[in-house]
Amino acid sequence: MYNFSYQKVSSVADAVEAMQKSEDGKFVAGGQTMLPTMKHRLASPSDLIDLAGVGELVGISVDEETVTIGAMTSHAAVAASSEVQDAIPALAKLAGNIGDPAVRNRGTIGGSIANNDPAADYPAAVIALGATVTTNKRDIPGDEFFIGMFETALAEDEVIVSVSFPKAGTAAYMKFENPASRYAIVGVFLVKFIDGVRVGVTGATACAHRGMRLEEALNGSFTADAIDSVELPIEKMNADIHASAEYRAHLVKVMTKRAVEACA
Amino acid sequence: MQTISMNINGVPVSGEVEDRTLLVQFLRENLRLTGTHVGCDTSQCGACVVHLDGVSVKSCTILAVQSDGCEVTTIEGLANGSHLHPMQQAFKDNHGLQCGFCTPGMVMSAIDIVNRNGCDIDEATVRKELEGNICRCTGYHNIVKSVQAGAKNMGG
Repeated sequence: MYNFSYQKVSSVADAVEAMQKSEDGKFVAGGQTMLPTMKHRLASPSDLIDLAGVGELVGISVDEETVTIGAMTSHAAVAASSEVQDAIPALAKLAGNIGDPAVRNRGTIGGSIANNDPAADYPAAVIALGATVTTNKRDIPGDEFFIGMFETALAEDEVIVSVSFPKAGTAAYMKFENPASRYAIVGVFLVKFIDGVRVGVTGATACAHRGMRLEEALNGSFTADAIDSVELPIEKMNADIHASAEYRAHLVKVMTKRAVEACA
Repeated sequence: MQTISMNINGVPVSGEVEDRTLLVQFLRENLRLTGTHVGCDTSQCGACVVHLDGVSVKSCTILAVQSDGCEVTTIEGLANGSHLHPMQQAFKDNHGLQCGFCTPGMVMSAIDIVNRNGCDIDEATVRKELEGNICRCTGYHNIVKSVQAGAKNMGG
């Protein structure tokens, strides 16, 4: 990778200042995508501003209504948290199936959603649970956070502080994973709230999205069979060596059915 | 360039590195601790797994400067003189390797697995937990046996 200037900061304010002073800086969280991307020279930031020393960004807190996870909390910490396991078990399970154990020890929730890989797991949960992404500037509704492939609502000098998930009624995450990378070829996070169903789909399109047609079918009848008649827009589906667009569309329905069965 | 210091296998070390130097490069090239291997260099294969502050990490996907001030354990830090660590002994006893290239990472991951899951772990757990370590020779059978045996040995 090309060289850069590494800076470790100890507060969000210092991170923002470092970013504003840099020519073409990037924040690094766990670095599990950032460093491989830089090795491939797909990114070559002038400055790498490491958020690992910002203590205020780490930790999990749970109250009556929400589970709030600090942006720099590792996947391993979320997966192992008894509080998350009790409040939103599907979220703990999702975190525990990202990558592999060594990757989970470094990778963070903030890094995952800021990167917005089309096949990342967390975005499906952020969308389906209707989470709120809190930054140093504002609160961003989960539905409005993911804009396009590797693109989010974040400004260049905006730092994610935490993600707050409403405690769900019943939730399930079903992933058809790439056997080598464990990324989702398709992942479906389904939440059955008292007033209706929400579905977050990842891996299928340019970035994670709400499965409105799936929701509509399930709000009519919360059964796996209700998914059979749903028609998904194949032209919007990703296609690569792992799966064609048609196959991904099929997988979205299969994963949704499995999630329905897990929630029933 | 940055000056960094850390404890590696209980020994304080320091060195000067480029900002882009990976931890695995620092270990192998600066310190000549060549037991930690570089396999894929894309955080898939796990040949470079070391323990950073007690947990497994892929040292090809962390910068040396990010490890400043940390405790690092490599494969060289496991044995006590000529007395192998119980997990190393288990790999030897169960022939848990063929060419041996992946073995340092396998052993480091295996110890991490036992630290998190205890000494009595079933085959399915071991296979799932070893997802981040790739072996191209063995078909994993004897590696899994080794990890289970090593886990028991670690429990005494």
